[in-house]
Amino acid sequence: MIYFDNVTKIYSDDTIALENVDLKIEPGEFVSIVGHSGAGKTTLIKLLLAEETPTDGRVFFESVDIHCLKGNEVCRLRRNIGTIFQDFRLISNKTIFENIAFAMEVAGRTEEEIREDVPHALELVGLTKKAWNFPHELSGGEQQRVAIARAIVNQPDILVADEPTGNLDPLNTHDIIQILKKINDLGTTVILTTHNKHIIDQLQRRVITVDNGKIIRDEFSGKYIL
Amino acid sequence: MLMLNLRRIFRTGFVQFWRNGVVSLSAVLVMIITLFVIGSVIFSSALLKKSLVSIEDKVDINVYFVPDAVEMDILSVKSSIEELPEVDFVSYVSKDVALENFRERHKNDQKTLEALDELDANPLGAVLNIKAKEPSQYEGVANFLEQNYPIGDGVSIVEKVNYFQNKQAIDQLGQIIDAGEKLGAIVTIIFIIISILITLNTIRLAMFISKDEINVMKLVGASSNFITGPFLVTGAMYGIVSSVITLIIFWPVTFWLGPITERFFVETNIFEYYISSFGEMFLIIVGSGIFIGSVSSFLAIKRYLRIR
Repeated sequence: MIYFDNVTKIYSDDTIALENVDLKIEPGEFVSIVGHSGAGKTTLIKLLLAEETPTDGRVFFESVDIHCLKGNEVCRLRRNIGTIFQDFRLISNKTIFENIAFAMEVAGRTEEEIREDVPHALELVGLTKKAWNFPHELSGGEQQRVAIARAIVNQPDILVADEPTGNLDPLNTHDIIQILKKINDLGTTVILTTHNKHIIDQLQRRVITVDNGKIIRDEFSGKYIL
Repeated sequence: MLMLNLRRIFRTGFVQFWRNGVVSLSAVLVMIITLFVIGSVIFSSALLKKSLVSIEDKVDINVYFVPDAVEMDILSVKSSIEELPEVDFVSYVSKDVALENFRERHKNDQKTLEALDELDANPLGAVLNIKAKEPSQYEGVANFLEQNYPIGDGVSIVEKVNYFQNKQAIDQLGQIIDAGEKLGAIVTIIFIIISILITLNTIRLAMFISKDEINVMKLVGASSNFITGPFLVTGAMYGIVSSVITLIIFWPVTFWLGPITERFFVETNIFEYYISSFGEMFLIIVGSGIFIGSVSSFLAIKRYLRIR
């Protein structure tokens, strides 16, 4: 379970990114966070990944206050949260196989496990044939699928997707959302931030609307309303 | 687990070095310059030291005796000098040998030889050549001679001790060498610092390119050690490759400079020095390469490593 307890985040230039946010996400949920640019969506994600610390309030993962964690514990937390970004963020001098294997190496998995699990992850995202290509040799949609494979290969409890379809055409967007749904069906909590009205309306899952750093709407089976 | 991680760190470091070819090439080129400077410094200090030793070796004291000094007296002076603890050895050049040497030295100078023939007796006196164990001990030997065999008192058989004539020159030479060594050390340190800074900056640029990748690594939960390790290996690889190239470059360079240094510095051939002390040079150059490469990598990457 993820729990934001009255969280406020004010950046050093006095910008209020989040203000008194209370939010609870249950295991296995598929939650979409929508809002204008600068509404505070990415700050929510950064707080969850311990990339930023809250100015006030606390963020819990299970029963642990994320921002009380020390260096190595932060690493362990992140291995439990798969992440996907709009700009894919693959390691450019590693092949597709190595990019996915890297996440497993970080988690201390053996070479055998890597040889077994990476092809499975590639199969799930339909990129088995591209295993030995480098990221720049792939299209945007393919790169995002690699990012998904990397995010799920360690079977994390949560998958965070920050505008994953922002750089993709409608066809690739559809594919990515289908993959995310499949992953959610397998029991992983999915947190998706997006601008895409079409996706939200089609998904018919929980929608949290953020505006000016505040949650203004939280509906189960909601629609994209700003 | 530790072995598995170490193996992964080394593998990633090697692959990183190979795949970022252009970046590696530029880092290696800059490091070659640094290591070349360090190597040249070692060579020049060795040349300076060797020349100093051979110059010091040439320093001695000659005691000239009056021409009519009796050989027995001279030999007794010789044995009293030999008893001094600081004296290494004393060689005796008799009047006749001194004359022969003189003739040999002036064999092309007919006029001098003719003038010599005009004289009835041998005008040259015997000579004692004294070598001390340390150059600094000559003064003590000279003082001993001055006290026991005062020159110009009409009684002494000693005519001249050349130490007092050469003293100023010897002292000046010592000062020049001293100053040269100090200046050399300062220039060396400045050169080494500059070249290390250039290397550090080049590697920092190389790491800057990897900044985004380091962020990605942090986001997938890699620990600082797991991120730093491969970069240290890559840095050490820069060092190893550039030091091997530097050692190879030194081969023809010293071979070419060998005869020149032999002529210029007293009997020191730099090529022979390089061959004879190759093991030492190898350790210093490769060691400095690995040290500079990995420390530069560490310093360059440290700033991107703050978890969060």
